[in-house]
Amino acid sequence: MNSLLRISAITFKEFRQLSHDGLTFGMVVMIPLIQLLLFGYAINTNVRHIPAGLLDEAQSYASRSISAAVLATQVVEFTAVYDSVQAAEQGITDGDVRAVLVLPRDLDQRMVQSQQAAGGGSSAGDMDPRPLGQWLVDGSDTIVASSIRSLRSMPLTDLARGTALPPAPTFEVVQYFNPEQRTAVNIVPGLLAIILTMTMILFTSTAIVRERERGNLELLITTPVHSLELMLGKIIPYILIGLVQMSIILGLGHLVFRVPINGAISQIVIATLLFIAASLTLGLIISTIAKTQLQAMQMTVFILLPSILLFGFMFPYEGMPELAQWIAEVLPATHFLRIIRGVVLRGASVENVQEDALFLLGFTVIGLLIATLKFRKRLD
Amino acid sequence: MTEMAIEATGLTRSFGDLKAVDSLDLQIPKGCIYGFLGPNGSGKSTSIRLLTGLLNPDSGEINVLGLKLPAQAEALRRRIGYMTQKFSLYGDLTVEENLRFMAKIYGVHGRDEKQRVASLLELYELNDQKRQLADTMSGGQKQRLGLAAATIHEPELLFLDEPTSAVDPENRREFWEKLFDLSDAGTTILVSSHYMDEAERCHGLAILANGKKRADGSPQELMDEMGANVVEIGGSGLRQLKKDLVELPEIISAAQQGIRLRVLVDDGVSEPLAWMQQQSAISSGDFELRVVRPSLEDVFVTSTDEEIL
Repeated sequence: MNSLLRISAITFKEFRQLSHDGLTFGMVVMIPLIQLLLFGYAINTNVRHIPAGLLDEAQSYASRSISAAVLATQVVEFTAVYDSVQAAEQGITDGDVRAVLVLPRDLDQRMVQSQQAAGGGSSAGDMDPRPLGQWLVDGSDTIVASSIRSLRSMPLTDLARGTALPPAPTFEVVQYFNPEQRTAVNIVPGLLAIILTMTMILFTSTAIVRERERGNLELLITTPVHSLELMLGKIIPYILIGLVQMSIILGLGHLVFRVPINGAISQIVIATLLFIAASLTLGLIISTIAKTQLQAMQMTVFILLPSILLFGFMFPYEGMPELAQWIAEVLPATHFLRIIRGVVLRGASVENVQEDALFLLGFTVIGLLIATLKFRKRLD
Repeated sequence: MTEMAIEATGLTRSFGDLKAVDSLDLQIPKGCIYGFLGPNGSGKSTSIRLLTGLLNPDSGEINVLGLKLPAQAEALRRRIGYMTQKFSLYGDLTVEENLRFMAKIYGVHGRDEKQRVASLLELYELNDQKRQLADTMSGGQKQRLGLAAATIHEPELLFLDEPTSAVDPENRREFWEKLFDLSDAGTTILVSSHYMDEAERCHGLAILANGKKRADGSPQELMDEMGANVVEIGGSGLRQLKKDLVELPEIISAAQQGIRLRVLVDDGVSEPLAWMQQQSAISSGDFELRVVRPSLEDVFVTSTDEEIL
């Protein structure tokens, strides 16, 4: 009874402090709102209009139709014309263009050869068909480079003048859950995980340290407050804040970016609660280790960066080396992303992804235990 | 026999090589106002933290309100109040919010909470400030709020760690009036200070220096049993006279106060006035000498003076 009273006293106090601190209170709402709108529009992995150069040595009807066909894909945009390979390479080095399309002098001859090969007719000179042209690509940005690579075997049907049918694809791909391949469908659940990780860990990691720095802790530990009561009392307000942030992100994501909400709301809330609890205990552990708020911030960033880069939103989990996968497995965000993608996009229930849910639950219990044990009600 | 609120024997606590508290023995009877007097770094705060269970001693026995520390520290918390040296309530909460928070933490809730908070606001004259953020208040107001919060659960024993160090003399006097009211109502109070006038108000007193207890007793006892006589010297050329006098082994200290030099002479010298007049530094000049009543500051100086002891 008294224990509940003390927990609620601490919770109420945290809310009061938050409400007196207008900026922090505003950030609770503004961080998800602004970031979702910004990134929802800004992040797009379907690259378009890459600035490219053209080096047309053939100067023929065929070369002009090929460059027109490339332009029509909208992947690149020719912003420069070069007259030598040296000039083209310089253009890439200077950063004027990301790639250069080189169409060689013997382009027409190559086209004839490739048509003969495609037509299955008797080979003119037992020669394998050679590529028509070459892309010189600035490979430093892998996403841009792979977009250009996708042009490698682009069909040139209209140039073939109907002599050859475009080859049938080996596989048909059926895309579930996001048939139009809209990036926002991936971004919104990912942003939910990032924003929750960020605000939850940051708020709690400074929570105990702030009381220590301001001297409040010296007073608190002479009172009957138990360590666990203090921890719980400090966590509860942020659980509610986390739920508010989740509603903003998923609500806006649904309304503005048409992200389908296929799962039940109750399942989404359960999943989010599990993740919020895990993130908060992580913050609390930091809070009991750090001596100053600056140290707490540094440790938060130390955890935040791998969380953002390794949890499978920026780069697919499957593409990571084994060691990185192990690290990712420890991060609550990885498990949350699996759950929330499952629940929001695939309409799964938390039970369907119970392994990840159990991990988050275990993480919270162990974390809370560590934080309580590490926080001793003494000054030495 | 009077009942003891605090009993400690051989209390020792070090931080690294520094012995912050060194074999401290204490007997503090219930119902009194007991003072820790000592310069900064003499171990006052550490002693208080040991006696409240905030720190564990390296060795020694502590018994507070019949409870053994540190084993029964949790059981003690409800029965003591503690006011830290630095303001340690929440600066970003209002006065009323702070008090209501502390009330709930101590298990005072519902109607009791309302009544208690209201009566404390009244008692400590904080009604006009109750909706003000604690950080924006003056030193005296903050300290009244601190005392109100520390007494919200009506503790039997109150620890005050330099409560008046950031407060002007008038507020200090009012603060002590409140302490006497509390004491009158039966609360035992342990207060640390480096102000002599405050020390003189205490029923009992321990003088601490470098972690050791140098003297204890009531202020009157301490002054009577000081082990030195006080001679006041008037005249001109006092700065030079002071330099000459402190060279003598029988002189404990010499300090100028206005136009007079206050000299503490070891009580091994049976006739201090006659002895002084024989000294060449004095007989060579034109000085006026008289023996005066010792003050608590003299006690403090005698008992904390390392070289002599």
